[in-house]
Amino acid sequence: VTEPADRAPIAARRKRVLAVASGGGHWGQMMLIRPLLDGYQTLFITTIPGLAEESGIKGARLVPDCNKDRPLAVISCILALVRQVVSLRPDVILSTGAAPGILAIGIGRLLGARTIWVDSLANAERLSLSGRIAKRLSHDCLTQWEHLSGGSVQYHGRLL
Amino acid sequence: MIFVTVGAQLPFDRLVEAVDRIAPRIKHGIFAQIGKGARKPSHIEFAEVMAPADFGARMQRADVIIGHCGIGTILQAGQLGKPLIVMPRRAALQEHRNDHQVATAKALKAVPGVFVAFDDAELGTLLDDPAILRPFERSAKSPEFDRLMGALRDKIDRA
Repeated sequence: VTEPADRAPIAARRKRVLAVASGGGHWGQMMLIRPLLDGYQTLFITTIPGLAEESGIKGARLVPDCNKDRPLAVISCILALVRQVVSLRPDVILSTGAAPGILAIGIGRLLGARTIWVDSLANAERLSLSGRIAKRLSHDCLTQWEHLSGGSVQYHGRLL
Repeated sequence: MIFVTVGAQLPFDRLVEAVDRIAPRIKHGIFAQIGKGARKPSHIEFAEVMAPADFGARMQRADVIIGHCGIGTILQAGQLGKPLIVMPRRAALQEHRNDHQVATAKALKAVPGVFVAFDDAELGTLLDDPAILRPFERSAKSPEFDRLMGALRDKIDRA
């Protein structure tokens, strides 16, 4: 008895992961997670030209950086992210921050992806603003500081 | 060669000016990445922004790295095994939105090879005696790191 052709590949195919991180420390932390992501079909998105190539990653996509004080940049970032999410149709969206990451997670929720937020090591005293949004918005919200966990904020270790 | 970086996001004039003032009295050459719109130093070489490849090459060649207390800077210095001096940005001086870098700096004081200078004077003391600067090597395989990777793998596999 053989499996129907359209059923078997679902379990067999590698998960598609969209990994979103702004330039700087957010990207640095994503690169520490990278060995894990290389086991999946992963597309990286960042905000600084040349950054992914410097890490030996080909085919990464760029989106405009933004933050809550720059509403026009937020809009163009959202449009760029929607394009990427629609074309990749990821199973999982993972972000280490910052604003473009939380926007990607919001878009992912609308389009049915599983979403994982890893709050930056930089936030040792309080979750970042994006992290506080992720607490409500993302399927999983992880802090890297145990004393900040509780409720929907999980602690499962840290990158440093 | 000492390499100074203020990170990709914001200038940090207080750090660059401190290094600029100290530069004439120490032997090392200094190159600083100072950020867009920063005040220009007069005693050291500098660039406002650097392409990631140039930035990486400068980091590689540095004997000592001086930076703001940003996680990107810390991770890169740790990967290269270089001594790292950090100065945290302070919200009261409009150097960042909040004092998270001060918190990071306090947490890092215990880490071998990371040296924290909260001000000009502390930076001067560290640079006057480079013999005390040991390399900072980030341990790639801590139990906490493995635990986080395992948790992320489980979450992705379950999706």
